[in-house]
Amino acid sequence: MSKKSKYAAVPYLVWMVIFILVPLILIGVFAFTTTVQVDSEGNVLTTEEYDTYVADLIAEYDEIGEDYDINELLENDDITEKTVFTLAHILEVSKYSSVLINSAWLALIATAICLVIAYPLAYMISRMRESRQKLALMLVMLPMWMNFLLRTYAWMTLLEKNGLINKLFGLIGLGPFEMINTQGAVVLGMIYNYLPFMILPLYSVMTKIDSRTIEAAQDLGANGIQVLGRVIIPLSMPGVATGITQVFVPSISTFIISRMLGGGTNMLIGDLIDLQFLGNAYNPSLGAAISLVLMVFIILCMSITNQLDNEDMEGVLM
Amino acid sequence: MRKITSKLYIALVFLFLYAPIFVLIAYSFNESKSRTVWTGFTFDWYVKLFNNEVILKSLANTLIIALIAAVVSTILGTLAAIGIYNMKKWLRTAIVNITYIPIMNSEMVTGVSLMLLFVALNIDLGYFTLILAHITFCVPYVILNVLPKLRQMNHNLYDAALDLGCNPIQAFRHVIVPEIMPGIVTGFLMSLTYSIDDFIISYFTTGANSQTLPITIYSMTRRKVSPEVNALSAIIFVVVLLILLIMNFKDIRDSAPKKRRKGGAA
Repeated sequence: MSKKSKYAAVPYLVWMVIFILVPLILIGVFAFTTTVQVDSEGNVLTTEEYDTYVADLIAEYDEIGEDYDINELLENDDITEKTVFTLAHILEVSKYSSVLINSAWLALIATAICLVIAYPLAYMISRMRESRQKLALMLVMLPMWMNFLLRTYAWMTLLEKNGLINKLFGLIGLGPFEMINTQGAVVLGMIYNYLPFMILPLYSVMTKIDSRTIEAAQDLGANGIQVLGRVIIPLSMPGVATGITQVFVPSISTFIISRMLGGGTNMLIGDLIDLQFLGNAYNPSLGAAISLVLMVFIILCMSITNQLDNEDMEGVLM
Repeated sequence: MRKITSKLYIALVFLFLYAPIFVLIAYSFNESKSRTVWTGFTFDWYVKLFNNEVILKSLANTLIIALIAAVVSTILGTLAAIGIYNMKKWLRTAIVNITYIPIMNSEMVTGVSLMLLFVALNIDLGYFTLILAHITFCVPYVILNVLPKLRQMNHNLYDAALDLGCNPIQAFRHVIVPEIMPGIVTGFLMSLTYSIDDFIISYFTTGANSQTLPITIYSMTRRKVSPEVNALSAIIFVVVLLILLIMNFKDIRDSAPKKRRKGGAA
């Protein structure tokens, strides 16, 4: 194609800068800046100093009994707002380190269990007859296409104190167990919602493993465990890496699953961020700081999982 | 023996995936609001659902927004892919990497960052911001589906068309577009489904009057017991099942003539 056709990307590039890059920069700006009050000599006033200053001004004018506009008065006295760099918001995040660790821990457990469940399943599907493979894949994808709110809602019903599962336990004389509003329920919700995201990338690499490679290993005297450890697992590593990221990233940042199944007592990072933007604790700066920490954490995790495979991501991405 | 264990295992995983959905659907026909006691069969919840103004309005919102977002993303993304494909390698790599950000990043961070942008630009949250946000997370899927098709294309086809007297626009329409069409269609369909399904990014970029279906579902589930949600789940399940079945049949139909063509050529 001609050299000129590269300009076809210009509208997208503008879009990309405005809606992908600038918003990310804004998170950084909110996380690292704060507004302070500065007096006429350029000194930064502490909150207390500012408050006394305002109180004094009001008292003074109330004494005279004149009408006044407090903002105008401040302006006359050269008290201005200024945006300055600060580490306060980032440091404040450390107050919530237990929430961060808890989220990472629950997401890690969910990811590990998903891997354990999905790995054999993906292998079994990849060794089926082709028509069966299609059917099995369709059955994996079908729940994925239902909105995850509905999928999570389904478990809300099942796990309730007088829900169906406790009823079944009751039939054999057990329970009732306290299942909903526990950490276990949150992990279950993560597994249930994101299991297909683990199965699909694993399947897509395993279906490429030639059965003859496995037979060759067997002919050369490898037993089942050796075939698994030396042939199947190394060849499926790119799928494992993709699957781990696809389950871990949404799990660590969820706020719906914890809210619906954790009952609000098991706060995760996602809940914390939501609270700063749309919740009662309105504080976008802190919210941006937590988002930034979360983002850095995700990037770190992804670079670790990327070590698992050196192949191009593009092929395995859904 | 091994076959039986493997079949049993597959059955168990699918039971885990489907049992909750089927229970939900079963209770959509339950007379009482209870989700545990079965009191009798009814279609009441479906009737209520179809008379629920809020749900119908948010369904319309969802479909309109998804359609606009998918169309705009497809045009923007296809043009972008062609442009990116013709760039120098370092620039191409840089842009593709940035394009991956909305896909790889946590949806929550994307949502929050867009919200900060709209607030900073003083744009009221509503339909407009929702559409902007949806286009933003849909375009990458179009680009990443069209780019591989461009790479697979024979480079000489375009030049051949020019040599045979096409002008660049004709060559683009009659040679390049048909070659990359499968990528464009996949990108469009992915945009459509992701837009319809999205909750998290919409949650942060929507206003009070522009609720989409997932957001309405969220506010309904907050009230804990609402059998209308069960009925809605049942309908969505059936619709998704139908779409998947149609796609599968289309797959089989599409692959059949291809085989014949290959046989004919041999």
